[in-house]
Amino acid sequence: MLTKRIIPCLDVKEGRVVKGVQFVNLIDAGDPVELAAFYDREGADELVFLDISASHEGRQTMIDVVERVASQLAIPFTVGGGINSLEDMKRVLRAGADKVSVNTAALLRPELITEGADYFGSQCIVTAIDAKYDETLGSWRVYTHGGRKPTEWEVTAWAKEAVKRGSGEILLTSMDQDGEKSGFNLKLTKAVSEAVTVPVIASGGAGNAQHFYEAFTEGKADAGLAASIFHYKETSVREVKRELKGKGMVIR
Amino acid sequence: MIGIIDYGMGNLHSVSSALKRLDQPYFLSDRKEELAKADKLLLPGVGSFRDAMSILNGTGLADFIKAEAAAGKPLLGICLGMQLLFEESAENGITKGLGLLPGTAERFSGVTCSGETYKVPHMGWNKLEYNRTSPLTENLDEGYVYFVHSYAVQTDDSACVIAQAHYGDRSVPAVVGQNNIFGTQFHPEKSSETGMTILSNFCKLAEGAKA
Repeated sequence: MLTKRIIPCLDVKEGRVVKGVQFVNLIDAGDPVELAAFYDREGADELVFLDISASHEGRQTMIDVVERVASQLAIPFTVGGGINSLEDMKRVLRAGADKVSVNTAALLRPELITEGADYFGSQCIVTAIDAKYDETLGSWRVYTHGGRKPTEWEVTAWAKEAVKRGSGEILLTSMDQDGEKSGFNLKLTKAVSEAVTVPVIASGGAGNAQHFYEAFTEGKADAGLAASIFHYKETSVREVKRELKGKGMVIR
Repeated sequence: MIGIIDYGMGNLHSVSSALKRLDQPYFLSDRKEELAKADKLLLPGVGSFRDAMSILNGTGLADFIKAEAAAGKPLLGICLGMQLLFEESAENGITKGLGLLPGTAERFSGVTCSGETYKVPHMGWNKLEYNRTSPLTENLDEGYVYFVHSYAVQTDDSACVIAQAHYGDRSVPAVVGQNNIFGTQFHPEKSSETGMTILSNFCKLAEGAKA
């Protein structure tokens, strides 16, 4: 039986981890490679790196980061942010990433998912979805551009479309919950998990181990992703996993 | 020196990084003359069984691998590389494999006998259950390893299954071996300490060690 996965997410800008990371015993808390190794030791099941560089130079630097991380890390990792073409995917995967995640570019041109899946296999292509509840829709609407622009897509419809096109995993972020630390959006997570046949990573709102537990049980998620609670040491990957094991979950 | 068979299928980056971290000398090559100099061979692989066999057959690497295996050189197949060691696969029609181990690769049905559905591919961390001891799994107690695959090996010869994992209602051969031939269905290079121990065990295999 597969374990439920705990995934820390690191935002990388111009080759450095941003959003203050508070760690002791690290020489340089902004170094993605050092942090990746730290999370590996902590028992993270996977890592996600999100490139938030605005410049072309920053994106080039990201490739170096991916290479350095790949040479140090013995767990799978996904790279997202600024993946707009098959060429971008090739660069990142050849540098050593195991998966790429696509978001806005896939909504603007869904063929991107198909092209990536045909070339690298579905297991390499993660579709990241940012969703927010919409009264008029009576459901969650999908947004592009880091949550700034609404699309016509209802979340389960887009998730199904992404999977139909060959996406092997969905990284689902609830914009309503993101940064609130009040728990994952369980209804949204459950709706998407039940709509697709591929694993769903719940994101947005994690504040403690109980929240992960709820996402895995009520939300039916396969994995849970968090950033700040791990970075700011409000809890640790090890602690979350220990609590989940205590509740009888299958955890590595 | 470990020779990694570079036949254009799969991510060699992660396997070579892992060997580098273990401080094990290795080289990548698609040439038989070069690979013949290695004292151990590693066959990685991601992608389709049919494409992989077509390249291995077309380049003569298939015959080379069979000859080296018959001569007793330790061989480790990883993921698709492990499936290639078996007789055939049902992926995109029946394709003959290297036939070094008895069994076939078949797609996960996605439905259990009792009608419950499960996700395909089998992707994520699953637990190894040991069937027997082997030099490849020395110094390991219980361990989780990282799988990504849609086809799984079926074999009637339970002796060649060193460890298995459970998924859906299937027992999935995870570590296989017979004489000098070894394989892992999961990615040891992505399986944290457990995976690194398995790779390290392969690197340290004594001459003439048996699976």
